[in-house]
Amino acid sequence: MMRGVWLPLLALAALAIAPLAGFSASYEMTLMARAMILAMAAVSLSFLVGGAGLVSLGHAASVGVGAYAVAILDANGFTDAAQVLPVAIGAAAIFALLTGAIAIRTSGVHFIMITLAFGQMAFFTASSLSAYGGDDGYTLYSRTEVAGARLLENRLAFHYICLGLLAASWAVASMLLASRFGRVLRAARENAQRAEAVGFTPYPYRLVGYGIAGAMAGVAGVLLVNATEFVSPAMLSWQRSGELLFMVILGGVGRLWGAILGALVFVGLETWLAELTPHWKMIFGPLLVVSVIALRGGLAGLVAPRHG
Amino acid sequence: MAESLLALRDLRKHYGGLAVTDGVTLDVLPGEIHAIIGPNGAGKTTLIHEITGVVAPDSGQVVFAGRDVTRLSLPRRARAGLARSFQITSVVAGFSALENVALAAQARAGSSFRFFRPAASERALNEAAMAALSEVGLADRAAVPAGALSHGEKRALEIAIALATQPRLLLLDEPLAGAGPEETERLIALLTRLKAAYTILLVEHDMQAVFALANRISVLVYGRVIATGTVAEIRANAEVRAAYLGEDDA
Amino acid sequence: MTTQLLLVQALNGLQLGILLFLVAAGLTLVFGVMDFINLAHGVQYMLGAYLGASLAAATGSFWWGLVLALPAALLAGLLLEVLVFRHLYARDHLAQVLATFGVILFLNEGVKLVWGAAPLQVPIPALLQGGVEIMPGLQYPIYRIAVLVAGVATACGLWWLVERTRAGMLVRAGASNAPMVSALGVDIGRLFTLVFAFGAMLAGFAGVLAGPIFSVEPGMGDNVLILAFVVIVIGGIGSIRGAFIAALLVGLIDTLGKSLMPDLMRLFLDASAARQTGAALASMLVYIAMAAILAFRPAGLFPVRA
Repeated sequence: MMRGVWLPLLALAALAIAPLAGFSASYEMTLMARAMILAMAAVSLSFLVGGAGLVSLGHAASVGVGAYAVAILDANGFTDAAQVLPVAIGAAAIFALLTGAIAIRTSGVHFIMITLAFGQMAFFTASSLSAYGGDDGYTLYSRTEVAGARLLENRLAFHYICLGLLAASWAVASMLLASRFGRVLRAARENAQRAEAVGFTPYPYRLVGYGIAGAMAGVAGVLLVNATEFVSPAMLSWQRSGELLFMVILGGVGRLWGAILGALVFVGLETWLAELTPHWKMIFGPLLVVSVIALRGGLAGLVAPRHG
Repeated sequence: MAESLLALRDLRKHYGGLAVTDGVTLDVLPGEIHAIIGPNGAGKTTLIHEITGVVAPDSGQVVFAGRDVTRLSLPRRARAGLARSFQITSVVAGFSALENVALAAQARAGSSFRFFRPAASERALNEAAMAALSEVGLADRAAVPAGALSHGEKRALEIAIALATQPRLLLLDEPLAGAGPEETERLIALLTRLKAAYTILLVEHDMQAVFALANRISVLVYGRVIATGTVAEIRANAEVRAAYLGEDDA
Repeated sequence: MTTQLLLVQALNGLQLGILLFLVAAGLTLVFGVMDFINLAHGVQYMLGAYLGASLAAATGSFWWGLVLALPAALLAGLLLEVLVFRHLYARDHLAQVLATFGVILFLNEGVKLVWGAAPLQVPIPALLQGGVEIMPGLQYPIYRIAVLVAGVATACGLWWLVERTRAGMLVRAGASNAPMVSALGVDIGRLFTLVFAFGAMLAGFAGVLAGPIFSVEPGMGDNVLILAFVVIVIGGIGSIRGAFIAALLVGLIDTLGKSLMPDLMRLFLDASAARQTGAALASMLVYIAMAAILAFRPAGLFPVRA
């Protein structure tokens, strides 16, 4: 399991050094922050997909719920992290638990579709929030403050907060998967009948896992809205959910750190291609197709192929 | 007569016009190996599904350890002490043999909503799992991924998984199916060892094995139990010979 | 809201439903027979609309555009099947979702490159211009009625094809039990290619019909795709009958919701907020309907597989 793990560690180390090594221009910092935040969301999705076998096509909604919680609190004058963070995480977790309670009753394709449906509901709810910009989105009055300090406005501090939280979410997700709880999730993913025959009902475990992944995505949402000081319904669109899934697959399902690589490569590729041509999606799309068809184990499969 | 551990009371199940389980009444007594035999299409699979909770009977009762479990799900029956193996081997292929068994031990050892400590480092679970693996002779294969075990080893692993749940009743669904002659011999030796310690409900096609292992046998034909008795009684039963032994090679 | 307006909206809803059905029919068969999730089905609808629009402009006739666009859409479907989808049948849903998502990105952008990002206007053919009086004092556009009629006729033809012909029998059998059909000696791969190309053509047909009603623009297939998925999931995957009923249901819910909700919201909100909130809530209705239906019938209204 641990082979190839040097690669994501190397990537995190590179991100830690980058601002000190001259990559501190505004657009570089913005780019890295975006990559790290998306990586965090992708790790939480990878926990669901690779760990629990729950392929959600509505994960961006959890990110969006976290982000909108920040926006709504901001509009009402609450900007302190001690208030914002618990509310945003709680909202994302509750959203995941409520929708998961219904979605997890289904499986396979129906699960994919019903998570998509809930994602769309969240998207349209966001569009209906006319007090918070509706379709046009909402611009924050101020970034979230930490103990009264405008810490997040310091680009360097924000960078390391993102990096720290990314590393933390990787660690937390790994810990969860290795725990008793995670063992039941993994067993039920691979062979639900077996898990049931020894006495485990998968449903509550999956639901709790779904809630946890939602909460982690909520944290990513808090950071994302702080990074751009802006949130709009587009953040919750199903295309965003598709991109998150792509990061997970590109990195390699079944290894949490694959999602980190997937997200970094995704953001890097997107940026690089967009500089090349305005029609970069015409290159990106086929790349996606080819990577799915040719790279079965994802990037992680390249550096650490699995046996059997 | 001792109180039966598992009692089926007039179970009935229809699929369309076909009575697949047609008034089955059957008792498994504590300590015995009770075998269910019957030709293909006799309704053995459906009966097992009804006993384990995969399929609900149309009417009748399943009483396990004095408790009506007719409406309980598979996991809840498992927690009540009903362990099973599957006709087609069912293990978690990506887990090591040890982790497969440790998962079962975990089901018996407190809550599994524990999020922090790595399960693989829980000594109590690993020791219980190793004990069960030793009991079936797989101790030296503990670290091998279950998917890489031989067919006979997987069958033994399934039994170890069942043992680790500390069952009151072992339901073995054709444990010898697909095993070669040597593997069969080893598995029969294993079942003979288990006989001393467990109550077993055995569904099996291999007559030699059934006659060697079982205390009592029930014969299922077209969804009905046409006879229950000791090995000698069943061998001597004319109805059984007519209905069943004629197509022994099935 | 007057009865007249309600009637018009109901007709619009049915007509959206019919278009959705044309898209969903191919999707549900492909899904049912090969267990293949094709997110790129929506771009085939878009492609149909673009092909119809530009061929109509080139030939100067909507009808020539329609006639030429159908085989072109069929060919595009075949091309995609051979180049991409064929390699994904044996893969899991996750891989299928992603690869077809890549196709969407490519074609949405490709359409922008070829036709530009601005919406194309497609004139209504002269023959079908104007309206008819469906109630005293109430005009309804002939073109929309024609779309409704064409859609219903196609649905009937499709029903005949699936229920009454040998090919249709194989498709239905394949949807409920693919290995069994292979065992009968049918080349399931070729059967699927046919179903696939045919489905692409139906989606393209819907696109051509939609051209004069909705604007023809990049990404126009995405929303239709999602609605079509909602349709096939509500209807029961693989079921043509289910898709038909669910499509009309979704078309009606969506259209009526969008016209009624803003008015309903005005009871609580001021005019502009009511418009925005109402529209968004209306868009949500179909998803609420789908979640509710799946919560009680996890396999949809007309499940094909046991």
